[in-house]
Amino acid sequence: MTTTPQAARRASPRKRRPATPAAPDPAAGLLPQTEPVRLLNPDGTLLPARADYPEPPVEALREMYRRMVVGRRFDAQATALTKQGRLAVYPSSRGQEACQVGGVLALRDDDWVFPTYRESMALTARGIDPVEVLTLLRGDWHCGYDPAQRRTAPQCTPLATQCVHAAGLAYGESYQGRDTVALVYIGDGATSEGDFHEGVNFAAVFKAPVVYFVQNNRYAISVPLSRQTAAPTLAHKGVGYGVPSEQVDGNDPVAVLAVLTRAVAHARAGKGPFLVEAHTYRMEPHTNADDASRYRDADEVEAWRDRDPLVRLETYLRGRDVLDDAAVAEIAEQAERYAADLRERMNTQPTVDPLSLFDHVYAEPTAQLVEQREQVRAELAAAAEEDA
Amino acid sequence: MATMTMAKALNAALADAMLDDERVLVFGEDVGQLGGVFRITDGLQARFGDKRCFDTPLAEAGIVGFAVGLAMSGLRPVVEMQFDAFAYPAFEQIASHVAKLRNRTRGALSVPMVIRVPYAGGIGGVEHHCDSSEAYYAHTPGLKVVTPATVDDAYSLLREAIDDPDPVVFMEPKKLYFAGAETELPTRTEPFGRAVVRRAGRDATLVAYGPAVPVALEAAEAARDEGWDLEVVDVRTIVPFDDATIAASVRRTGRCVVVQEAQGFAGVGAEIAARVQERCFHALHAPVLRVSGLDIPYPAPMLEHTHLPSVDRVLDAVARLQWDDQPDRRWLTESGAA
Repeated sequence: MTTTPQAARRASPRKRRPATPAAPDPAAGLLPQTEPVRLLNPDGTLLPARADYPEPPVEALREMYRRMVVGRRFDAQATALTKQGRLAVYPSSRGQEACQVGGVLALRDDDWVFPTYRESMALTARGIDPVEVLTLLRGDWHCGYDPAQRRTAPQCTPLATQCVHAAGLAYGESYQGRDTVALVYIGDGATSEGDFHEGVNFAAVFKAPVVYFVQNNRYAISVPLSRQTAAPTLAHKGVGYGVPSEQVDGNDPVAVLAVLTRAVAHARAGKGPFLVEAHTYRMEPHTNADDASRYRDADEVEAWRDRDPLVRLETYLRGRDVLDDAAVAEIAEQAERYAADLRERMNTQPTVDPLSLFDHVYAEPTAQLVEQREQVRAELAAAAEEDA
Repeated sequence: MATMTMAKALNAALADAMLDDERVLVFGEDVGQLGGVFRITDGLQARFGDKRCFDTPLAEAGIVGFAVGLAMSGLRPVVEMQFDAFAYPAFEQIASHVAKLRNRTRGALSVPMVIRVPYAGGIGGVEHHCDSSEAYYAHTPGLKVVTPATVDDAYSLLREAIDDPDPVVFMEPKKLYFAGAETELPTRTEPFGRAVVRRAGRDATLVAYGPAVPVALEAAEAARDEGWDLEVVDVRTIVPFDDATIAASVRRTGRCVVVQEAQGFAGVGAEIAARVQERCFHALHAPVLRVSGLDIPYPAPMLEHTHLPSVDRVLDAVARLQWDDQPDRRWLTESGAA
């Protein structure tokens, strides 16, 4: 066997000049993958298994499907309630069911959720009474559920402000020896707000167990993503803060749950925050009061209809033989009952006591508030006397 | 008894609160190793460790929003805004969340926290370091707004603020930080919601708070030479506001001047003047007057003395309280009528 000079050089590394050890890339492990993580094709067939994001258990996916069906029906019912004048306004999340439900399913009951106004579906998927969820939009109070008991912050209307609250809460929990994770729902537009950056930065510096979950539905009311950012993806915003980030196909329920499960595990393991961007689409206008035809084409909406996350998951589960016609019908019926119950309960006008306006401004009302309460009480009494 | 500065008394209040309640966390910009630019947090990190007293990223909205989350988790955050005007980035967090969370959730969530704000001028500070920002907070329901003028109050009001179930914006008059007084700590003074008569007098009431209190007291001393015996009331807690003590004083004296360092228009002094005339109309011998800063952005250091309410300005106002039962000529001239 003859040895070429090249082979001899390769075989005797001692003759090489010692290589300078390469400095580790400080951004390694932080950047999102080039393509959004996808485990299901849009037609519902499974892509080859991958080691980084194992497929969630099929029972979890079946439960996800159930909650997505009920969630979509709830969403349609809420939109209908605006037309009947029962709700002042409703921001729909139709089309974003995988994200709405996935964010909740990835958490334990004692974890915290920090939702925005578009997360009504997520909150009902978390088991919060839909009437309590819709209190804000019906207008009888600002937050209808008990946030401390439900471990769910009030739905946040000011954009991105909840990003810092979550950092503080998650840090406070770990400071007190609890392994609670906080998951923040936020939209694409809100990643332009300062509080998004301050929240992610605080969470990173304090290693707070927070998952920042950006639902990029491509529009901030009417303003398209191209007006929000020049970043390659919103997930890239994590690297500047030292936060590992990932992007996922937000209409692939299997991938959404897989990515969020890993993000939550990362946070719970004490490794600090994680940023996930889900690429999805808001099928409805911003709210019932919006006219989306002024800023986007019907063709665009139609193209997204073909990527419906519910159809995708249903097809997949049927293919796995864990869902059949009977089960689909049974779940659809559950959804109908849920909507009918909501419709009925929303038909009664809630009674709101004007005197309660003074109850929770402070722990104890100030002398001035006591005075004003007495004034209102007298006004009410006079009005009642007039009516009598 | 020993002589102590307000800065030291505030420092002692923080330390004693941290000692008494392990939920109390102190944080902000430069409050750790440095001890704060005014040294109010001096030594706290060394004594209680860097989990109890720590520096944060330089982001005021972040600091206050982080405190909201910590309070939601059951802790008692005390945050420092380095200077009055540097707190403005946090205003959305303060107005939309800190102030409203209890009300939004019908009491299910509360955010007991203290936001310490070194405020006001008189220290030769360059721009953005001398604002009187108390009106922004006082105008926001859900916040308590407190401002000490004495060393004892600095200690006692800060302890009470940290213990309070509601969020407190604690306004510290910078120019009084290094004024000393005899004190023995720990001390407890009158609670929130109580104004205090600092100097009794018969002829007119000067109502002041924070950095304006020493000005009012000095003016009251000087007024003796002119034959006026002036009462001085220190408001102490702007919210909750003590109508009763102030109205009782004005009913006794029949005349009132409100003194504040902040610009006057739509300020706390305007509110006080309105409340006094509503409650004391028939006891008043003259309109309630205000002495305040000018309605200008806080001036450069070499001009701040023109802006700040002075003893002379207070005495001029007192002189206009219709002692001869004649209308104030200033307003007659202005309207050109009568």
